Amino acid sequence: MTESDVPSAYVRDKRTPPPSREELRARIPGWGADLDPADRPSYPKLQYPADTGAHWDFPERQPGAEGRERSIEHAFVTPAFGTAQPLHGLSGAIRRLAYQRFSEGRLAHWMLLIVGDRVDAWESHLRSFVSGRPDVPATGLRGELTHSGPGSREGRSDKRHQVLDPVVVAGPWLAAAGATALGARAVVRALRR
Amino acid sequence: MRAMVYRGPYKIRVEEKDVPAIEHPNDAVVRVALAAICGSDLHLYHGMMPDTRIGHTFGHEFIGVVEQVGSSVQSLQVGDRVMVPFNIFCGSCWFCSRGLYSNCHNVNPNATAVGGIYGYSHTTGGYDGGQAEYVRVPFADVGPVKIPDWMHDEDAVLLTDAAATGYFGAQLGEITEGDTVVVLGAGPVGLIAAQSAWLMGAGRVIVIDHLRERLEKARTMAHAETLDYDEYDDIVVEMKKQTDFLGADVVIEAVGAEADGNFLQHVAGTKLKLQGGSPVALNWAIDGVRKGGTVSVVGAYGPIPNAVKFGDALNKGLTLRMNQTPVKRQWPRMFEHVRNGHLTPREMVTHRFPLEDIAEAYHVFSAKLDGCIKPLILPRAD
Ligand SMILES: NC(=O)c1ccc[n+]([C@@H]2O[C@H](COP(=O)([O-])OP(=O)(O)OC[C@H]3O[C@@H](n4cnc5c(N)ncnc54)[C@H](O)[C@@H]3O)[C@@H](O)[C@H]2O)c1
Ligand SMILES: [Zn+2]
Ligand SMILES: [Zn+2]
Repeated sequence: MTESDVPSAYVRDKRTPPPSREELRARIPGWGADLDPADRPSYPKLQYPADTGAHWDFPERQPGAEGRERSIEHAFVTPAFGTAQPLHGLSGAIRRLAYQRFSEGRLAHWMLLIVGDRVDAWESHLRSFVSGRPDVPATGLRGELTHSGPGSREGRSDKRHQVLDPVVVAGPWLAAAGATALGARAVVRALRR
Repeated sequence: MRAMVYRGPYKIRVEEKDVPAIEHPNDAVVRVALAAICGSDLHLYHGMMPDTRIGHTFGHEFIGVVEQVGSSVQSLQVGDRVMVPFNIFCGSCWFCSRGLYSNCHNVNPNATAVGGIYGYSHTTGGYDGGQAEYVRVPFADVGPVKIPDWMHDEDAVLLTDAAATGYFGAQLGEITEGDTVVVLGAGPVGLIAAQSAWLMGAGRVIVIDHLRERLEKARTMAHAETLDYDEYDDIVVEMKKQTDFLGADVVIEAVGAEADGNFLQHVAGTKLKLQGGSPVALNWAIDGVRKGGTVSVVGAYGPIPNAVKFGDALNKGLTLRMNQTPVKRQWPRMFEHVRNGHLTPREMVTHRFPLEDIAEAYHVFSAKLDGCIKPLILPRAD
């Protein structure tokens, strides 16, 4: 390697200067329009907007906050909040524990919420089996046919783990079905005795 | 009304739900005209976001018509056509007062570390989202904006998140004239980030992904060079070779927790949920950027810890910048760029599904079938 072959990183300046402004402007629509940081809406990071549309110092409080779960890092239930899917059942108890006992800084908070999610899902699946609309392990699979599933994946590296998807998705269902079958057999045997 | 509903990981369906009501004096109810599925929705769909409840309606990219307003709403009237930022924000807390709309403290009781987001689990406040016929819009005087007459609806809906986030991501990169900018991820966010990098004066823009149709889009729509990481044994080494062993001046990470490219990390993070997502792209960004450079992270991660190569970031003296996008702050300037044709969000729309077929839409977008880049959702027209 002669000295002029030494790559940029080892010398003072980039060996290949960037294309000129004229060249870039000719090739790229709008090149440099926001070159000046002052034209970039998020510069600087903290800015005091003249008018956000808020006509209050502190918003009116939405009714119904009593008993609603909240992060213990908050001083109170915020003045506005979502009311979708309130806590209920066993999953609700698990989630409530996560909120009441652990701050967001604790892994236990998030792990309990994940457990709550899985319990919620299975509570709902079981209920769905006795409803007119039973859950299935995965939805939208018709897309494989209507949107050329196999062809789309041709030559893609994520094929490798997409083959795992059915295992990850259907695995718990097979396990649950197996456990139910074993449980039922045990009950039948116990009753026969 | 008809609404998309979550039934557990990989499971959604359309159900009949009550039309949302005014719950706070500054609420509006909006009839959704057009919605979209975002890369972020995939984190929920795959069961990676804690406290995603069965029955939840997703959807944080939507435009629509004001159907009803609460008693204190001053700036909107029934019948107004509005675009709604994905952030729910109050406009008056410590954070909103400083322009950090995505970090509002008055809208999400469930967590302090993240603001309010429509249809994005209870961890972001427990608000049902806009992949439905109607949606509740809190702080109607603060968030929504009337859609300008000249604006195409498909641009408007993408400006509520994906496009604003790409533009924001480029700003977080603190690009200076002549910089070599690498964008990881050629999804809707990465494509607009690549277009935006030029506006800020980049000298070279390189987009990395492995989906051929998206890389093609990066070349045609964003005039970028592209690298397919499937073609390289080690994409970080290629990033070094491409930049004369310096590394990129700026790397924009527009991939997030679904990242692929490392089998073990991907399986541990996104399949087995042993970490809060798979930080493959984030680690590529840290390793691929030059010392003293900037990594902009707009790819989303959950609250569960990730195996991020923090030591490398420290030893390299990197600037790491990140946030959920404060969408409305991007708008006035972005509107000009869209109007001038410098940013072209709707060029990314590849699919339009009726709401009734949304399960199929999620599967197609999630598995990246049929060249899907951005799917839109059309609620039942009436
Ligand atoms: N910060 C915010 O406010 C905000 C807003 C919107 C979206 N997001 C996040 O931005 C990310 C991208 O969103 P999108 O809608 O474009 O999603 P998308 O799923 O359509 O795109 C992600 C792309 O990344 C590619 N990819 C996967 N692994 C990669 C790797 N290791 N290196 C390079 N590319 C890789 C995929 O092939 C895909 O094309 C998501 O994580 C989303 O949650 C953040
Ligand atoms: Zn989003
Ligand atoms: Zn606020």
